[in-house]
Amino acid sequence: MLELKINEFYFGYYGMIADKLKEINAAPGDYISIKNGNKQFNGTLMPKNEFSKEDIIVLKLDNGYNIGVKINEKSEIQLLKKGQLTTHAGEPVKLVEKEITPPENKRILVLGTGGTIASRVDYETGAVKPYLDPNELVAAVPEVLNYTNIEAEEILSIFSEDMNPKYWDLITYNIFKKFNDYDGLIIAHGTDTMAYTASAVAFVFNKGLKGPIVFTGSQRSSDRPSSDSAFNIISSAIVASKAPFGEVCVVMHGETSDSYALAHRATKVRKMHTSRRDAFQSINDIPLAKIYPFEGKLEIINKSYKEKKDINPEFGFDDRVALIKYYPGMSNDIIDFLVDNKYHGIVIEGTGFGHISNRLIDSLERAYESEIPVVITSQTLFGRVNLNVYSTGRKMLQAGVIPGEDMLPETAYVKLSWVLSRTRNMNEIKNYMLTNLAGEINLRHELRLYPRWYHG
Amino acid sequence: MDELDIDYEKIGLKVGLEIHQQLNTEKKLFCNCPTNLIDETGDEFKRKLRPTRSETGEVDIAALFEWRKGRIYKYEAPHNHYCLVETDEEPPHEINTEAVIIATSLALALNSDIVGEVHTMRKIVIDGSNTSGFQRTAIVAMNGSIGIHGKEYGIETIAVEEDAARKISESGKEITYRLDRLGIPLIEISTSPDIHDPQEAREVALAIGRLLRLTGKVKRGLGTIRQDLNVSIKGGAKTEIKGVQKLDLIEKIIKYEALRQLNLLNLKDELIKRNLNKEDFNNVNIVDLTEIFSNTKSKIIKNKLNAGGKVFGIKLKNMKGLIGFQLTPNRRFGTELADYARFYAGIEGLFHSDELPNYGITNEEVEKIYEILNANKDDAFIIIADEEEKSKKAISVILERIKQAFDGVPEETRGANEDGTTKYLRPRPGKERMYPETDIKPLYINSYIINEAEKLKPEPVEKKLKTFMEKYNFSNELAEKVINDINLGFIEELINKYGNKVQPTFIASLFVSILKGLKSKGIDVDLLDENKIESIIRLLAEGKIAKEGIEDIIDRAVKQQDKTIEDIVNEMGIKKISVEEAIKIIDEIIESNKDIIVSKKEKAMSILMGRAMDKLRGKIDGKIVSEIIKEKLESILKNI
Repeated sequence: MLELKINEFYFGYYGMIADKLKEINAAPGDYISIKNGNKQFNGTLMPKNEFSKEDIIVLKLDNGYNIGVKINEKSEIQLLKKGQLTTHAGEPVKLVEKEITPPENKRILVLGTGGTIASRVDYETGAVKPYLDPNELVAAVPEVLNYTNIEAEEILSIFSEDMNPKYWDLITYNIFKKFNDYDGLIIAHGTDTMAYTASAVAFVFNKGLKGPIVFTGSQRSSDRPSSDSAFNIISSAIVASKAPFGEVCVVMHGETSDSYALAHRATKVRKMHTSRRDAFQSINDIPLAKIYPFEGKLEIINKSYKEKKDINPEFGFDDRVALIKYYPGMSNDIIDFLVDNKYHGIVIEGTGFGHISNRLIDSLERAYESEIPVVITSQTLFGRVNLNVYSTGRKMLQAGVIPGEDMLPETAYVKLSWVLSRTRNMNEIKNYMLTNLAGEINLRHELRLYPRWYHG
Repeated sequence: MDELDIDYEKIGLKVGLEIHQQLNTEKKLFCNCPTNLIDETGDEFKRKLRPTRSETGEVDIAALFEWRKGRIYKYEAPHNHYCLVETDEEPPHEINTEAVIIATSLALALNSDIVGEVHTMRKIVIDGSNTSGFQRTAIVAMNGSIGIHGKEYGIETIAVEEDAARKISESGKEITYRLDRLGIPLIEISTSPDIHDPQEAREVALAIGRLLRLTGKVKRGLGTIRQDLNVSIKGGAKTEIKGVQKLDLIEKIIKYEALRQLNLLNLKDELIKRNLNKEDFNNVNIVDLTEIFSNTKSKIIKNKLNAGGKVFGIKLKNMKGLIGFQLTPNRRFGTELADYARFYAGIEGLFHSDELPNYGITNEEVEKIYEILNANKDDAFIIIADEEEKSKKAISVILERIKQAFDGVPEETRGANEDGTTKYLRPRPGKERMYPETDIKPLYINSYIINEAEKLKPEPVEKKLKTFMEKYNFSNELAEKVINDINLGFIEELINKYGNKVQPTFIASLFVSILKGLKSKGIDVDLLDENKIESIIRLLAEGKIAKEGIEDIIDRAVKQQDKTIEDIVNEMGIKKISVEEAIKIIDEIIESNKDIIVSKKEKAMSILMGRAMDKLRGKIDGKIVSEIIKEKLESILKNI
């Protein structure tokens, strides 16, 4: 058995292996040999893979393959040559033969916040790190120059899951500071929480935007030939430079084929699949536009968009809002906990029309008495909340909840956070929540808003 | 030079093999889909792939050119034979342990050092055959060897990798692939360049193929095993030849490649002898020759001109005869230049002085070309008909390739043609673009994997031969033929299933002699799938057909692919009949041939037999017919 000394990690290795490597002063990048009896493996020492077993050393062979070699007390490790892992990028190579001269009067700016689209693979270790270099962006996707000049700036470099309302502030301040010089903006964002951030930006700028703000990301990392990032960036550049609206939208693949992208309204879009390219879909609304990136075509499919207007921001988010999902058997203490801990607002995903158990109505009343607004949305996602149809709903209304119309639970959460930083007055909050500010409420649902599933 | 004259030792031929064999696992390498192919199209979607930059900022040149061509890849996704993993819409699942166990069993048989942990890598492939744009591959063992006829050959690596999607069709910029094959586990066995003779290469391939089949865990049939060849000669360059499916072609391909490299070295000598050098091919004047062809009879040129193209020409000083310089049968130096023009510039219409007048281009036109290019009879020329930009691009590529001829043999990846020659596919990648597949955890080789692999480890050939001879009564010759047959596993399966009704020697000889015999008569028996062959053996076992009718059935089954064996047997009316029915027919024959019996006595036997078999062939065993006639004849003769 290996002796485990947690405190002595050595490029991920520990115990006997770390000791053996230290003894010969070998570091990743060095060329080493490992002898196990009459078996010998030569290769470049690599940092330990997170998932490798404790008795394994990872070597990169001359043919480029990595292998794991088992080490025991008798293994002989020799340092053959000092070396270095090469992880720096060289000069980008031109993809297109002819220089593209971008149109003079179009300028867009890409703001990087992190996520797959603004990341690169470390070819030696395979690790993916956030990264956005404006020159590389243009070198990698030169086609955008057909539509617009493009600049890029990294304002944040975090994983999508680490996003929070404080960062929404940072992003919206940056947009306000920079938008003046450009026709449109692209925000590169991790896809997992992209819809939340896009909604947040939509509420801050609900009173006016001088052009489109496009959120985009990628579902396949950009180091692979099949990555969707170039497709999404070209589509986004077309929207940012050409679209007639002053709205915030999410632009991603429209279907699994590389055919068209969709521009979804920020407050109505949801990531509906863990991995597909076309994971983003509009719920309870139709997308604003269809984009054919290879043809350079933009087609408006939802005419009720907001026209371009002078920018007029309303900053600020309250970070003491909770989004919870009702489930059969939920007990009062979940809501009570939020009330006791002085949360400023609660969004509940109820069942069907928006119901939660009759048992929990006491807790709703407590929340109301403590002046904590409770907004009701539905876990069905599709359709509108209606608390008038059944007695439970009516009791919930009597307990003071705000029925969130057809708002997505996530959008309602972001909106409540934004509203609470403007007012804590229960009536005003209700007014805000029930007024359509950024396309988050759609008062008319047609049959075609609900997807047709496969039925054989 | 002719391939027959080559002294392979003298020219320092070195050959290494890469053998790719599909494994017969239950599931694919990185998902839960089945591993059989299907004749359905299913869902469809289209994608593009983009070249990506390596850590040094370089773009794979082949990938870049594929992309500039604006390729669109269409995928057919047959239901139940693909999932989101094959569509590149879901990350791969963990590596299939069954595939690793099979590879490990071969590692044991090939005395290889098994790695401690299997790490999956991504190898960039951007022709659309992988939806991801890379092939996933992992080394399981290395540093092994195999002994053949007393010589040891190194086995450098044993890897498992995913098979690519199969190409269905190509039209214009669109290539169609089907996803059923994508992800089927392959084992890749790479030998050291220890092979020095084409015949030897065939034997090594044969021995490794046999070893694979002896595990009983590999797929059978056409296209389940493919060889890549790495060939070089002294002073030449390592050429990688991809996708050789037929074992019989290996020798020829190596011979031709050795010959090609030799002749490229001869060409180099000739260039030097003519006092030419690389600088002569800088700044070559590109001349617009369109005017000459205003009334041309050449269809290719006429079409290009009608489409708005032009004709451009270059003079190649003192090159007379060298563009037509033969490298291998059917391939000249000009063919290589045309390959490059096609690959890098998408040019089809290229002509050179050594092949003209021809193709509708008249002597008069040729004379004019010489005149306008200001060329004399020692010079050569090349003309290209296409759009101006493409043509100029092609000419610069051609001049670069001619300059390379001064260095001898360029490093290339080539593809095998049906006739054993090869064509240019793409430049050889320097160090192959390979990086870790971060979505897949390494697989630790534990004692369970080793123990399971031990169980699969193929038994030695000698032992298998002995089993065949003792258990099935095979002759030594038959046993050897069966062991070397690509259908080994299938033959054993049929013997296990039907061996108590149909003699194992007959089942074996159906494959090693009957089918082979029909093939040599030009009947393409490869078109028969395993189900049909099994149907024949089953009908035989059920007594519904007789051995004598089999060749006819196979012949018809090949010609009428859409029919089942049962249909064919019914149509031929050769359903086997009972002894009683046969006696009735024989009685009729005897009745109508009474006079012959009376006159010929015992000697009437062969005539009666002949007439009876005309009616009964394939319907009942000939031995039974002869017994019945003999008995009847004897009793008639007694009573005369």
